[in-house]
This record gives sequence, C-alpha cells and structure tokens, in this order.
Amino acid sequence: MTSATLTSGATLGSQRVSEDVRYNEDAIRLFVIAAVFWGVVGFLAGTFIALQLAFPALNLGLEWTSFGRLRPVHTSAVIFAFGGNVLLATSLYSVQRTCRQHLFGGEGLAKFIFWNYNIFIVLAALSYVLGFTQGKEYAEPEWILDLYLTVVWVLYAVQFIGTVMTRRESHIYVANWFFMAFILTVAILHIGNNVNVPVSLFGMKSYTYVSGVQSAMVQWWYGHNAVGFFLTAGFLGIMYYFVPKRAERPVYSYRLSIVHFWTLIFLYIWAGPHHLHYTSLPDWAQTLGMTFSVMLWMPSWGGMINGIMTLSGAWDKLRTDPVLRFLVTSVAFYGMSTFEGPLMSVKPVNALSHYTDWTVGHVHSGALGWVAFISFGAIYYLVPVLWKRSQLYSLRLVSYHFWTATIGIVLYITAMWVSGIMQGLMWRAYDNLGFLQYSFVETVAAMHPFYVIRAMGGVLFVTGALIMVYNLWRTAKGDVRIEKPYVTTPHKATVGAA
Amino acid sequence: MAQDKKGFSHDLIERNTLLLIVLVLITVSIGGLVQIVPLFTIESTIEKVEGVRPYSPLELAGQNIYFREGCYNCHSQQIRPFRDEVERYGHYSLAAESMYDHPFQWGSKRTGPDLARVGGKYSNDWQVAHLVNPRAVVPESIMPNYGWMKDRPLNYGDIADHLKTLKVVGVPYTDEQIANAKADLEAQKNPDADTAGLMKRYPKAVVANFTGNKTVTEMDALVAYLQVLGTMVDFTKYQSKQLQQ
Repeated sequence: MTSATLTSGATLGSQRVSEDVRYNEDAIRLFVIAAVFWGVVGFLAGTFIALQLAFPALNLGLEWTSFGRLRPVHTSAVIFAFGGNVLLATSLYSVQRTCRQHLFGGEGLAKFIFWNYNIFIVLAALSYVLGFTQGKEYAEPEWILDLYLTVVWVLYAVQFIGTVMTRRESHIYVANWFFMAFILTVAILHIGNNVNVPVSLFGMKSYTYVSGVQSAMVQWWYGHNAVGFFLTAGFLGIMYYFVPKRAERPVYSYRLSIVHFWTLIFLYIWAGPHHLHYTSLPDWAQTLGMTFSVMLWMPSWGGMINGIMTLSGAWDKLRTDPVLRFLVTSVAFYGMSTFEGPLMSVKPVNALSHYTDWTVGHVHSGALGWVAFISFGAIYYLVPVLWKRSQLYSLRLVSYHFWTATIGIVLYITAMWVSGIMQGLMWRAYDNLGFLQYSFVETVAAMHPFYVIRAMGGVLFVTGALIMVYNLWRTAKGDVRIEKPYVTTPHKATVGAA
Repeated sequence: MAQDKKGFSHDLIERNTLLLIVLVLITVSIGGLVQIVPLFTIESTIEKVEGVRPYSPLELAGQNIYFREGCYNCHSQQIRPFRDEVERYGHYSLAAESMYDHPFQWGSKRTGPDLARVGGKYSNDWQVAHLVNPRAVVPESIMPNYGWMKDRPLNYGDIADHLKTLKVVGVPYTDEQIANAKADLEAQKNPDADTAGLMKRYPKAVVANFTGNKTVTEMDALVAYLQVLGTMVDFTKYQSKQLQQ
C-alpha cells in the first residue's frame, strides 16, 4: 500500500465515494464562517494593541481597554478562535474524505461542538476584558471555563477518532495522524497546565496547584507545545491534505512523512525550557530544552520538504493559482520560522533575544506566515466546495490578498527583528566609563518607529483579510467576477515561444 | 506491503487506530515527564535561603490585581545572571523567591522593565503617581494609565478564603495568619494601627497609607505588592556558592 494510500487519500475526494457516503458539511460551513469572523476580529485586536504600544493614549484610561487585558483577547482570538475553528473545519472535513465515512456522531454532534466551542471563546474573551485570568500566557481562562473547554474537546476527540475508527479505508491517512496527535496532546496539555484550586465554587478565582519554578516549567511545557501541537501538528494535518489536493499531486515522500510525524511529536515536547533560559529553572532542564530544540530543526525541515516537494511536476501552478501560492508560501514560512526557532533556543542567542521583540517577530512569522497563510489557502479551497460553487468569485482578489498580506508580514517581522536586536544590544551596552549606557526607558523610546511600522504591517494584514471576506461572501452568493483569467500556459509552449 | 513482510511495518500502525493512539500518547509523554517530575523531587531545585515568606494579605490582594491587569504581558520578574541585568535590576533571581507565586510571574517580554526587585526602589508616592499616569513621571513611558484603580475600594471580604486556598496548594500559611487575614490587610494600610502582629507574621511588609484614601483601595494593594518584590532575601548573608541549585 503505502504510497498508494497516500495518493488515494490525496486524490480520492468525492468522485470515488459519493455514491455511498453522504458527507456532513453543514457544521463545517459554520466552522469556516466562524474562522473567517474570528480571524478578522483577532487581526483587528492585534493591530489595535500594536497601535497601543506606539501610542499609549489608545489605552483610553479604561480598565477594559488596557493592553494588559486586550493582549490575551488578541492571542486567544487568533490562536483558539481563528486557528481553532480552522482546525475544526479542516480536520472534520478531511477526515470524512480520507476515511470515506461521514462524521461519527453526525451533524448533530458537530454542531454541538461548534456552538459550545464558540460560546467558550466568547466567554473567555469577555472574562479577560472583565479581569478574570489565571495569569498565564495562552492559558488565561479561569478554572470553570477550562472545565467547559475540556468537555467540548473530549467531544471533538470522540467525533474525530470515532470517524477514523469507523473508516472504510483500510489505512489511516497521514493527515489524520497529525490531527490525532494534535487532539490528544492538546487535551493532555490543557488538563496538565490547568490543575487549579478555586477559592470558592461560585467564584471565578483560582490558584494554580504548582508554583514558582515548577509552575514555570509546566506553563512552558504547555505553552511551547500549544505551538507544537495546536499551531504545528494540527496545521501540518492541513498541509498533508490540502497541499496535495490543491496541487493534484501525491505527497512527495511516504517515508519522510513517517519520519516527520514521529520525530516531530517526540522532540517537540522537550523544547519548552528554551523559554526559560538563564532563569531560576535548573540548568539541566534548560540544556535539555536547548538540545531538543536544535534537534527539532530536522523534522521541521523534513516536513517542509515533504510539503513543498509535493509540488514536483506542478510548479507552474504557482503562477496561475494564488490559492496554491498561499499554501506553498505558508510551508516556506514554516521552514523559515522553524529555522529561526532552534537558532533562538541556543543559549547565547537567547541571551540577546529573550524578553525582546525578536521573540514577537519570530512568533508572528510563524503565526501570520505559516498558520494564517495555510488557513487562508484551505479556506479558499473549502468555500467553493462547501457552498457548491464551481469556482471562487475571483482569483485576482486572492492574489491581491496574498500580496497585501505578504507585504504586511515582511513589514512586521523586519520591524521586530530590528527593534528586538536593537533593544537587546542597548540593554547590554556599556559606555567608556563602564556604566550601563542606556536607561531602560531610552530603549523604550527607541522602539517607537518600529512599533509604528509593525502596526502598519498589521493594517495591511487586516486589509488582506477583508479582501478575503468580500471574495468569500461573493463566492458563497454564487457570483463570478469578470476579470482577466490566469492562463495556464503549457510549459512547452512557453519554451517554444522563447 | 509486500516488501515489509519480514519484521515490523508502519503499515500495522496505519491500520490500527488504538495502536496509533497508544503510541502517540507514549511518544508525547516522555519529554514532559523527564523534565517536570524531577523538579518536584530534586531537592536542590529550590535554593535554601532565609527570608522568603508567604505574601501578606494586602500584598496577596495586590498580586491578584497584578494578575488581573495582565502586568506579566509586559513586565518580567526574573533577573538573569548577566552583568548588565544585575547592575540594572539587582541580584539575579532565585527559584526560592517565587516559590509562593501561584502561578509564577517570570514573564516572557520586557516591554517595560523587570520588576523582580522593584520593591523599595521607588517611594510609595512615586508608585502611585506612576500608576495613575506613567507619563507624568516618565515622559517616554508607553504604559497604560491606571488612575481608575486609585480610589476603587478593594474587595477583600473573602481574603481569608484566599489564604486557605493557597494553604491547600502548599503555601505555609498558619492558622494564626488565616485568622488574622482581614485585620492584617487593614493594618498594613494604616500607619497608625498596631502593626506588631502584622510585622511578626510578615517581616519586611511595607506599612503605609499608599494612596491616602480612607478605605483600602486596589492601588493600595498593588503598591504594597510591588514594594515587597525582591526584598525578602538578604543577599549580604550569602556567598554565591551557597545559592547554587
């Protein structure tokens, strides 16, 4: 089997199947709508708090609108609301195709998961604005909301794994390995990092069971693997289904996907302590974190190669299909940020980069370039299919979105590289007399132009997303834009003309 | 899978959902177990130093405001052992100094300066003025204004429950401390009160009417917390060898 399964998984889709399976798509449509909605909300929130750093008057002097309360709204909106709904949509869509089976639990369970997951998000965001938080990055929701999410997540696991277990294909397709690792590990991380004791049963406030150094280790075991499993393994599941589908090519290498999968999930879990270099965490743990982070470079690039080389024989499509361009560029950004990550985990580099904007830039090259771009690609692929349209309203608009967003990302990351490295160097600069050269606030003042540039990058990214919303809206309505089509020129003809 | 008839084949995992699940669970558990479990068992993880005590009720209420406002998004509480950081902020942070923080507040970003040893660096009045309008005292600051916090009464009716909960998770609050929680909280804000009991239970606590309000306000609590940060350990008593983990 092997390569046969991978190929069939990638190319089977509706034509071979539809006579005996009716796929569940109502809930998937809801997830897609929610993903697009939360995407715009999350990008807007990010742009707003970026502007707050450049212009502090935008904190408005109100408790609900201060940076400290809105930043978790931004991170949760983009990671759990946008990313989460994308993952739910794509995983529940592709698992049916790759298993030739409708959803276990059916449309009803999927809709139940949809509403409760999204109600959780609204409650979480409201709770941050009102000042309820556990005080841990990316794990802010208080204990009662954590319990709620646990229930929803277990139902999601039941639906996904149940579908895999009742599949009509003999083999489990590689995308589903990644989705399963993502679902299971996120469950472990969420529960492991949220062992709290509430002050009262009727109040929101709780205290974490662990404290200090142990709490730091548990938090970054969670935090880094929220990146590793939520934002990486889950989105790699998207890559392994949607890139081959869109390129109409089989996955490049079956062996590489096996190696990619097991090494990635094994190594990622160890990388957490690189967030705690030179802290009170014992050195042995820091060294382990650094070592495994550097090793993690290899499976990451193995996966990138597997994704990009899937285009073998179909490279010309990058010229004519901006949707595929989103998907492939996302994998390229994945390669870039998974190179930068191991680099920053090396202790002497981390000594400079930690606590600075360099980290923020690194996160966003992954979050905007990899996670958001592959999401856009998958959404552009899904909407015509789910709304039963023959094509998108406009491929030209997809291309405008692509370039607007790409320029936005470039502004964002370069501004953060410059400001992060500059601030790191200013902190450690000494003058001729052996005194610290800069006071802290001088380094803050030096950040200002870069914070403005970063916010402009955010504005461009939001603009691109709004172009997408318009395009998807018209697609769902069934409109087709009158525009110059992308011509598929046969390769030989091009050569002949030259 | 003709070529794989001999020996193990990945094919087996691809056909068996439960096997895949079990192997995934084992694979993703190893790293976390190796890194987390020893932190609870190796005794040298937390240095043996004197002086670190549980937060006083007012400081604890202040820490909860620190959580609530998401101060950790922009301020670290973790000084690294580098020359520039030690000169800028003070002695590098010890694990012992955050052992009663549920959760830790080491942070990950310094949009503002590190606060691990901010206690005592500025006067109470400076802290209040700065929180009300940071740009009034530091013109280049980009910190939000927290003026609304200055006169808002602190909600501390259940402060003893907070101490009790923290005792459940391992903070060594005594019955005496829990019984006196509310009185201690009020005493720390009142320079005219009899603070002998408070100071005995919470050495080095800063007693003051921080905001000048009659009632205990949220900003009183926050400043009391800031003023104790990093002040508990007397580093003149230790050689660097004694502080190694």
